[in-house]
Amino acid sequence: MNIAENLGIVYALLGAAVAVLFAGAGSAIGVGIAGQAAAGVVTEDPSKFAKVLIIQLLPGTQGLYGLLVGFITLSKIGILGGGALDVSVSSGLLILAACLPIGIVGLLSGIAQGKTAASSIGIVAKKPEQFGKAMLFPAMVETYAILALLISFLAVNGIQI
Amino acid sequence: MAVLKMQRISICALKKDRKAILEKLQSLGVVEINHVIEEDEDFKKMDTAGQKAGFEKASTLAEQAIDILDKYVPEKKSMFASLEGKALIEREEEERIRNERRDLLKTAKQIGRLDKERSEQMAEITKLNNSIESLNPWISLDVPLTPAETDRTAVFFGTMPGGTDAETVYGILAEKAPDITGADVNIVSSEPGMVYLAVVCMKEDVQAAEDALRSAGFARPSQMWGDVPKFQKEELESEIADCRARIEQIENEVKDLSDQREKLKILADYYRVRADKYAVLGQIPQSERTFVISGYIPQCEAAHLSGYLTEKYDCMVDVEELQENEEAPVILKNNPFSASVEGVVESYGLPHKGELDPTTIMSFFYVFFFGMMLSDAAYGAIVAIVCAVLVKKFPRMSQGMKKSMKLFFYCGLSTLVWGILFGGYFGNIVDVVSEKFFGTTITVPALWFVPLNDPMKLLVFSLLFGVIHLFVGLGIKGYLCLKDGKVMDFFCDVVLWFMLLIGLILMLLPSDIFASIAQMNIVFPAWLNTGAKALAIAGAVGIVLMSGREKKNPALRLALGAYDLYNVSGWLSDVLSYSRLLALGLATGVIASVINQMGSMLPNNVIGVIAFVVIFIAGHTLNLAINLLGAYVHTNRLQFVEFFGKFYEGGGEPFNPFKENTKYADVKEETLS
Repeated sequence: MNIAENLGIVYALLGAAVAVLFAGAGSAIGVGIAGQAAAGVVTEDPSKFAKVLIIQLLPGTQGLYGLLVGFITLSKIGILGGGALDVSVSSGLLILAACLPIGIVGLLSGIAQGKTAASSIGIVAKKPEQFGKAMLFPAMVETYAILALLISFLAVNGIQI
Repeated sequence: MAVLKMQRISICALKKDRKAILEKLQSLGVVEINHVIEEDEDFKKMDTAGQKAGFEKASTLAEQAIDILDKYVPEKKSMFASLEGKALIEREEEERIRNERRDLLKTAKQIGRLDKERSEQMAEITKLNNSIESLNPWISLDVPLTPAETDRTAVFFGTMPGGTDAETVYGILAEKAPDITGADVNIVSSEPGMVYLAVVCMKEDVQAAEDALRSAGFARPSQMWGDVPKFQKEELESEIADCRARIEQIENEVKDLSDQREKLKILADYYRVRADKYAVLGQIPQSERTFVISGYIPQCEAAHLSGYLTEKYDCMVDVEELQENEEAPVILKNNPFSASVEGVVESYGLPHKGELDPTTIMSFFYVFFFGMMLSDAAYGAIVAIVCAVLVKKFPRMSQGMKKSMKLFFYCGLSTLVWGILFGGYFGNIVDVVSEKFFGTTITVPALWFVPLNDPMKLLVFSLLFGVIHLFVGLGIKGYLCLKDGKVMDFFCDVVLWFMLLIGLILMLLPSDIFASIAQMNIVFPAWLNTGAKALAIAGAVGIVLMSGREKKNPALRLALGAYDLYNVSGWLSDVLSYSRLLALGLATGVIASVINQMGSMLPNNVIGVIAFVVIFIAGHTLNLAINLLGAYVHTNRLQFVEFFGKFYEGGGEPFNPFKENTKYADVKEETLS
């Protein structure tokens, strides 16, 4: 298979990679930041483990959204089924562009959500009864990842090969 | 759908009934003590701080004893211990334990003492071990490690810096104290950093020799021993053995006392309840013969309680309506289904005075949206079954926990329904299994449609549900305005907005943008199009003119109105926010399919089947957990931010009655009769 002749599928695969890679990295960083705060709380009060763990998990969803778009892309270009389709260069580039929103927004919102989650864990440490509100702040950040996911998903879904 | 109406109850009774009445109130737990009477020369408050502190101390003592028992003999707890709730005990049993409370307190103290002694013994062992450590380098010495003398000679011990050997020491002596003759230096042992030595010399030379050596870093050992190091060490070791034996003995003693644990728990509760009682006692104004209790009581309980009290005791019970400006504590009262959402409302904030309890209306949307976000029939069934089983299995579960469990049960049912509508069962497990193991692909048809095949359709429906949700919120705001008689507010803040928004929506529906999103063409008759435009314009103009109606300055008023009109963008973002209904539903379905796909990639043999099962269980557990969390968080967000934002502020105080605030066990309630 000559790469130069099949640049279309390379671009498309690059798109899937961008979605999974950046969104996943964002989530990893976010969950990491929140995890540091969570570990600090648990050293002081182990009984808060379940609550802080839930908040730590909140920035983890961007990775899942990236995975979702990556998966849809792979199945779209037929790589999952074993027979890669013949993707034209323009379709490949379209798919790459479609994957960008969730990749980039996933990365940045994952990091931002991680920081918010770390602060929310601070709320749980001092006022555990305010857990419901603490959980809401990271969820506000996630809205934008969801919007990016929607656009990426609808775009990938809508591109004809 | 209601906040329970509160009244003020005031009880004036004779002091001789004080104990009985207070205890009755505490065991009923329907009155929140709140005093309005100030102290004066007739009514004084009693100082009960001392007794209260005494009971608190007793309660803490019992709790510490329980903690110590848990440390020595951990209680066997099941995974679901936190769901079990408090135990229920008979009144007689509580009485029996109350009667032996002095003995039990002694037991609690003894447990505390034993634990303290154990820590002392532990510290002693550490100390002895340190001594042995410092003795070890001298172990080969066969004389006691203490300066000693014969008639003419003397011996002394000490350490020098590492690397020193006998010759160096002789060199130092010769150089620094040339007068000394016949000194004998023995290296007892040497370590990389330290050399241990014994020096024998003439009695009169001891001082000179030591001074000479000190200039090269000599130091006497910090501890002298009257015995030969080897024997000394044996002695220390036997002391350690004694300590260990004592510790074991203590541990056994504590273990023997562990059968008192349940009693101690009830004891701790008993003292806690008494401390609470004394705290209240300290608040009530008392004259020479009488006392007054005043507080909030739910209206439904007031007649019952006042009837009972006046019948049984010589007292005056006065139930009156609250003052206009008084902010009553809040209890929510809802139908059994909606009551399960009360916890969610509480976590946002209870309704403020004059606000509507949003629980009932919210409960339907809550369950509806939750199901849509999770939208997998199998996941929904699992959640519903698990919650139902737990509620059945642990009838003593705490109220709050039970409400959450019921909430998730209803949400699970809703998820089941949405899953059937969308054809999701563990994602696409039926397709994958039938294709992999039976060779033919069987697809369970969706009752409505498959979101993955037609995402735009679901997006339109998500936004539609959002608009309905938001309009209901705005409608409630309108209802509240009308209820308070603010017709002007109702018209300006609600009706005008409805006009503008409905007009805008009607203008959007026949447009090309909507046609391309929904893939359907809506053609309105011409009069409706004109009407929509007129409605929107009228609404917009009205908002610009009326929003700043409190301002006199016309320019400022128009500016404020124009700013308020800008809120249209807020409405747009609120509606778009409901697209998460689609996104989260897709996330559950697609990730479930990814898991199934991973499982099916393995060869079709025994190992493949086992691996498939493992991947299936682990993957779907993870997916269920993370999406359950997501659905919960985002449903809350839609309610709190989008829905409540339209009409609800919260900030009411919860009703906090004077009751038996136990930690471990509740006593069976005697009925009011």
